[in-house]
Amino acid sequence: MSIIVHSGDMDKLYSALILATGALAMGMEASLFFTFWGLVRLKKGGLERGGLSRMNMLGLGRWMMRRRMKRANVASLERLLKDFKELGGKIIACDMTMEIMGIKMEDLREDLITDCGAVGTYLEEAKQSRINLFI
Amino acid sequence: MGVIKVDCVNETCPIPLVETRKALRKAQPGDIVEVRGTHAASKKEIPMAVKALGLEVLSIEQAGEVWTIRIRK
Repeated sequence: MSIIVHSGDMDKLYSALILATGALAMGMEASLFFTFWGLVRLKKGGLERGGLSRMNMLGLGRWMMRRRMKRANVASLERLLKDFKELGGKIIACDMTMEIMGIKMEDLREDLITDCGAVGTYLEEAKQSRINLFI
Repeated sequence: MGVIKVDCVNETCPIPLVETRKALRKAQPGDIVEVRGTHAASKKEIPMAVKALGLEVLSIEQAGEVWTIRIRK
């Protein structure tokens, strides 16, 4: 499975990470290509800062969602990413996004990132995958 | 051959599946992984994952809210 993580919205990151860790748990391989607003979330301290893709209401929606998620005992994005790595998942950071947004490797969570790459790196992953998503 | 216990009571999607996979990776062939949980969908999905991994579910039990799935590696 390969997923392009384009959005930095909290709810979309959850969708991507639940799918990706689920795929690994089912014995599949998985790689995540972080680009644009998705990559911004991989900056140090940036992971949990995304708003909701809808009804964010200046952060109120996000606050309510977090409260409900806590009550339902939903895992943090940090835990899901750690599990993803532990189960052998690959994380690729988009080169071009780093260049145009002025993000350096040392600004990013180097503990999580497997590799930097461009469109060719993603396509190499995607052509071997039966499930390719853009989130 | 040992028994590895995984407690996923009150955990929700996708943690029971992920913790089961983590335990199965660490287990030696012949070991038994015993997962307990309360997340209803995982009771169906863990056996699906076990099948996809080519392993065997030994038993699935339900006691009140808590289910227990035993898997042989």
